Amino acid sequence: MRWACILFPQLALDAVLRRRVEPERPLALLAGTPQRRVLQALNPAARALGLRRGQALAAAHALTRDFATADYDPADIERWQRFLAAWAYRFSSQVSLHYPRAVLLEVQSSLGLFGPWPGFEARLRQELTALGFRHRIVAAPHPAAARALVNVYDGLALDSQKALQACLGGLTVERSGLDRESASAFQRMGLRTLGQVLAMPRDSVARRFPATVLQHLDTLLGRRALALDCYTPPDRFDGRVELNFEVESHQALLFPLRRLTADLAAFLAGRDSGVQRFVLDLEHRNGAPTRVPVGLLSAEREAAMLFELARGRLEQLQVPAPVLAMRLLAKDLPAFVPQRRELFDDRPQQSLPWEQVRERLRARLGDDAVQVLQARADPRPEQAWRLGEEGTRPPQLAQAMRPGWLLREPVPLRGPAPRVLAGPERVESGWWDGGDVRRDYYCVETRGGQRAWVYRTVGEGGPLWLHGWFA
Amino acid sequence: MNGNVVALDALLDERRLWKGRALGRASSAQPTGHAALDALLPGGGWPDAALSEVLLPAAGVGELQVLWPTLARLSAAGERVALVAPPHIPFPPAWLAAGVDLRGLVLVQASGRDVLWAAEQCLRSGSCGAVLCWPGAVDDRALRRLQVAAETGQTLAFAYRASHDAFNPSPAALRLLLEAPGRVRVLKCRGGVAPDWAIPLAAG
Repeated sequence: MRWACILFPQLALDAVLRRRVEPERPLALLAGTPQRRVLQALNPAARALGLRRGQALAAAHALTRDFATADYDPADIERWQRFLAAWAYRFSSQVSLHYPRAVLLEVQSSLGLFGPWPGFEARLRQELTALGFRHRIVAAPHPAAARALVNVYDGLALDSQKALQACLGGLTVERSGLDRESASAFQRMGLRTLGQVLAMPRDSVARRFPATVLQHLDTLLGRRALALDCYTPPDRFDGRVELNFEVESHQALLFPLRRLTADLAAFLAGRDSGVQRFVLDLEHRNGAPTRVPVGLLSAEREAAMLFELARGRLEQLQVPAPVLAMRLLAKDLPAFVPQRRELFDDRPQQSLPWEQVRERLRARLGDDAVQVLQARADPRPEQAWRLGEEGTRPPQLAQAMRPGWLLREPVPLRGPAPRVLAGPERVESGWWDGGDVRRDYYCVETRGGQRAWVYRTVGEGGPLWLHGWFA
Repeated sequence: MNGNVVALDALLDERRLWKGRALGRASSAQPTGHAALDALLPGGGWPDAALSEVLLPAAGVGELQVLWPTLARLSAAGERVALVAPPHIPFPPAWLAAGVDLRGLVLVQASGRDVLWAAEQCLRSGSCGAVLCWPGAVDDRALRRLQVAAETGQTLAFAYRASHDAFNPSPAALRLLLEAPGRVRVLKCRGGVAPDWAIPLAAG
């Protein structure tokens, strides 16, 4: 068993349903010319209303009007297939989109990482269900055989060539992937199953049928290798959700946002990268879309966290006009470095790592709300500190007789004359950069008993200026 | 008389009965760094995983000196210390002289109700060793939230408040009042009786 084929039997419908809040409501996808719209795909609720595939829209409307419609878009299907390939890339390095509406992936070499196939398969199914895609999975020794068998089976896993031949032999001719003409020719010859076809002498098949027939049969059995184009994931993520009505409240934007961030997380997991900066575009009927940039300090990829951060930014926003669609664009995808955790952590009850808390705080309070303090080697108090990002290594310069609190701006010291405890200490510097300072600093005690750090500019009278508190 | 016999130990265990002054006290995991203050507090240090209040009449009366030894000890152990909405800039030379490693010191700028929110997030996450906040005028419900968050995250929480709030009840496990510069009085300590005298706070 080397290849798994995942078939998405209703990819177009799932792609539309998954962005709806209530997927159980009747829905029909429409195709055809504007003059004659036909129902292309239906969900079970719509089928229960008596609608049929291929029905004209006018006929369907004569029956009932209680169903929603959406356009059947082949480009959309292709885009979702590529998205699913990006998802599958996480599980295998060889992923192919050789067949429409299906993803082939090589699984033998991934078993060491993801465990034996039943567990691996369960995980694939679980993630696909969470993403909202219906699927059928078959594992077989050859890619073409897996594709042919997934037409009929679901959950089949074949290990040996013998079992494969037995299974393939049971396939009917028209479902074996042969072209329609040859399939009907076989049927007219009385050959209903692939087993009967395979039992025929090779030379007579070669004489009566085009060369493609034998080639296909050989590929199915693995006698002939199938050349597959391997999928390589793109360097950027671009997801878009069209809303089916004009949205003005944040609440209604949360559902598409959750889908988009979950898709982004699945994509990032497949590429083993994180995201540091992404943009949410809220599209309006007129005018330019509203951009909501979301920036993080370090690369992250957890779905719940990305959702919460984007939500924090979105809730701060005043949307100028109703929103018609939402688009998530991520171009900067650096490598993801998992956080190092120790097995015996001092704080086993720690529920949330600091990085996540920090991003949450920044999302609500602003990008520069969380900072660390850095000391600088400058005698001028105003220049002796700086706020910076975390992770930098500031110089560590200790100085005695400095106050614990420094006022952002010096203010005149009010009240009765204080008692001088220490000083003056002359600070004279900065003639080279325009921030010239000539001051005499004193440590004083006010009448109320507070200890303050005050100064008076050299050569000037006037009030003492309060610059800090010895707290 | 002999109808209800209750063991003294049981009452003590339930904390329904407090001894006036316990003699043999367990050494706390979070000593304050001030020997005189440690001697007064029931656990021999800060109440662990709880909110402590520091009440002060005005800035510059030793409100940082109370905490500097604790912050120095935590930052030396590699713990993170968050200052939520400090009223002034922590001046690096003095903090370094007090032994605080600035790399573990995080400033969170917030205002209004966001101060409480940010402090609660930091506390609840359990990723900080201590969280200091300046919440301004708050009611006891907000303080109770901080107290619960400190318990959840097993973190030391400190709230700086004005000294006239001393008359209002508070759910904090420990309330310290800085009466005069360098003089601290314990107003309330959970698990013990607050002494009715103030003690001098030695620098460092």
